[in-house]
Amino acid sequence: MSTLRRRLVAVGAIAIASSLVLAGCATSSDEADSGSTSSSGGSSGGDSSANCDAYADYMGMEGSEVEIYTTIIDPEASTFIESYAEFEECTGITITWNGTQEFEAQLAVRTEGGTAPDLAVFPQPGLLKVFKDSLKPATAELEASVDANYTPDWKLYGTADGTFFAAPLGANVKSFVWYSPKTFADNGWDIPTTWAELLALSDQIAAEGNVQPWCVGFGSGAATGWAGTDWMEDIMLRLYDGATYDAWTTGELPFNDPKVKAVIDEAAKVIKNPDYVGDVASIATTTFQEAGFGIVDGSCAMHRQASFLGGILVGDAGATIVNPEDTDVEGGITTFYFPGVSEDSKPALGGGEFVGRLTDNDAAAAVQLYLASADWNNKKAAIGGWFSAHKGLDTANVGDPVNKVAVEILQNATLFRFDGSDVMPAGVGAGSFWTEMTAWVAEDKDNQAVLDAIYATWPY
Amino acid sequence: MTALSLPKARRKAKNIFSSPFASAFAWLIAIFWTIPTFGLLVSSIRPEADINSSGWWVFFSEPNVSLDNYAAVLFEGTTTNPPLFQFFFNSLAVTIPAVIFPITLAVFAAYGLAWFEFKGRDFLFFTIFGLQVVPLQLALIPLLQLFSQGLKIGDFTIIPDLEITGTYIPIWIAHTIFGLPLAIFLLHNFLSQIPRELVEAARVDGAGWFKLFSKIILPLSVPAIASFAIFQFLWVWNDLLVGLTFGAGTKDIAPMTVRIAEMVGTRGSGWEVLTAGAFVSMVVPLIVFFALQRYFVRGLLAGSVKG
Repeated sequence: MSTLRRRLVAVGAIAIASSLVLAGCATSSDEADSGSTSSSGGSSGGDSSANCDAYADYMGMEGSEVEIYTTIIDPEASTFIESYAEFEECTGITITWNGTQEFEAQLAVRTEGGTAPDLAVFPQPGLLKVFKDSLKPATAELEASVDANYTPDWKLYGTADGTFFAAPLGANVKSFVWYSPKTFADNGWDIPTTWAELLALSDQIAAEGNVQPWCVGFGSGAATGWAGTDWMEDIMLRLYDGATYDAWTTGELPFNDPKVKAVIDEAAKVIKNPDYVGDVASIATTTFQEAGFGIVDGSCAMHRQASFLGGILVGDAGATIVNPEDTDVEGGITTFYFPGVSEDSKPALGGGEFVGRLTDNDAAAAVQLYLASADWNNKKAAIGGWFSAHKGLDTANVGDPVNKVAVEILQNATLFRFDGSDVMPAGVGAGSFWTEMTAWVAEDKDNQAVLDAIYATWPY
Repeated sequence: MTALSLPKARRKAKNIFSSPFASAFAWLIAIFWTIPTFGLLVSSIRPEADINSSGWWVFFSEPNVSLDNYAAVLFEGTTTNPPLFQFFFNSLAVTIPAVIFPITLAVFAAYGLAWFEFKGRDFLFFTIFGLQVVPLQLALIPLLQLFSQGLKIGDFTIIPDLEITGTYIPIWIAHTIFGLPLAIFLLHNFLSQIPRELVEAARVDGAGWFKLFSKIILPLSVPAIASFAIFQFLWVWNDLLVGLTFGAGTKDIAPMTVRIAEMVGTRGSGWEVLTAGAFVSMVVPLIVFFALQRYFVRGLLAGSVKG
């Protein structure tokens, strides 16, 4: 008994000690905070006052705090914080970047529970529509700014039931095939320009037998399967026109329609072909990043993935992003356009985030407006690894060769469509579509059975 | 009856569990269940490039030891997050009160329910016991509303807005509420088994209800309290949901689990630091478990072999 008592005393002592330490931390950080605000206040009055003229529209809310709730966490989060540091200093608005992996579930809990964040960055328009009753309509200034700077498609994606809520933030383009120019040059392969050429090249690579033609990975934690939905969407855009694609994503075209069946049959030609991808079932457990590693080390030839994969491969696999002409760089990677059915058909599939406001905080409205400005978009792009669909974005500020192409595609796209699974009802687009694409490879589920299963979950 | 059958059953159980076959089986289970954790441990001391290119078992043929992951996790903060050791203190500040509060309340409640005769006692006890069935997820939103807005029926304010959002208090209250039914149930069963003669003897000697509690009941129930303390500690320490929800998204009070959950990065590419983070978070529960371990089994069996 006495030993336990001694232990309990020890635990108590630790508790007291740690609470003292905590109290110490709290006071010291408070002091640090107040110190930094006063010093930054001083400096903004002095040397940097000239820069602050650009922020005249957002002044008059010193001391306000704005919380941005988002799925974007480190390492990307740091670049966002850097991009609006000057805005914070000039306007006196403090922005808290609160990133979480549990955004989708927690945002619902927080809005219902009365602790809603000021701004939420929605990674999917479908999710945005779920929260239309909690969101505050965009201010007139924001709507005017978005009208002037984005194509009508982008505004529509931030709109629910005829009310415009959320301005676009970043963008990504998904119609890319990643490859290594060195591997292609060493083997004498040409970049395919049509879907038929792509399949012919895959056959040729498989027949040569040195390299696996494709690396495919659907794994992505709780979101496993989304990479498969991108394949479907990209091929959908290629086989049919924009109207058919829209009908499909809005539910007017039933998910088990023969037109959709034709799409999954085309996708199966690559993904379910063991000659192209090796073990089909392992696609479900291979993460999309790991699948990309195969491009860098030369174990496979092609990997269809969005523009953002480049940053991951540079960071984790030691890759270098090069121009297609640089065929002598070991570990050099770049992209070619995921080809359409004919050479002159070049539709693009993409995605993006949207900033919605959930409180009546005026400072939050100012931040929302600032994030839709050309000034911020150029600042953010200049930091690197990022681009948006903002018309005022100067491609000179986009350093990465792949991203530069992506911006050009976005600004000149004749047919651009948003990632379909993000537009579909969340129960399908972030639910059954993912799980069924996973079952399609993991359990070798039949093409028609996959479509029927997704059709059954659609809230028609 | 019980005096006769209990030793026999115990002997039989002893024979079954001490047979070599059972031991071998137990070892097998232990090894199988430890392999993933072991793999995680091995991964955590490998350099990032190795982790990304090969499985942890390759470590034994090409041993490359690197403590970079631990250094990165513990001491390198990012622009949005302080280093992990600060969250470590947050976790302590969340966990210690969230263990002490429910135990204190539950010991008193269990004492009352086990030894005081009053009307509706059994009904009350079974209601509390039944509350264990309610999933805590059901209570998240109503409880959060209570903390952020208070409770009003019509215009009549029952609980005002206490303005405690963003402090530790909602997390403590939530953990206490969710821990109480099991705590009361476990301690009640243990307390009600204390021999009536002992209590009566103390009463005859002139001990009041509080003296009886502090001198007889409390010292005797230490194993049960210790075992529940381990349970509650492990549960609160490893909890993500309650900390995330009632922490109101503030990094200043978020427990370590909240930080670890997002350590992998936006696109899941930083998992080499996750392995080290997992082991940092495991250290304290292991210390607590081994320190109180010998009460654990005794307390677990509390009330389970009632004749």
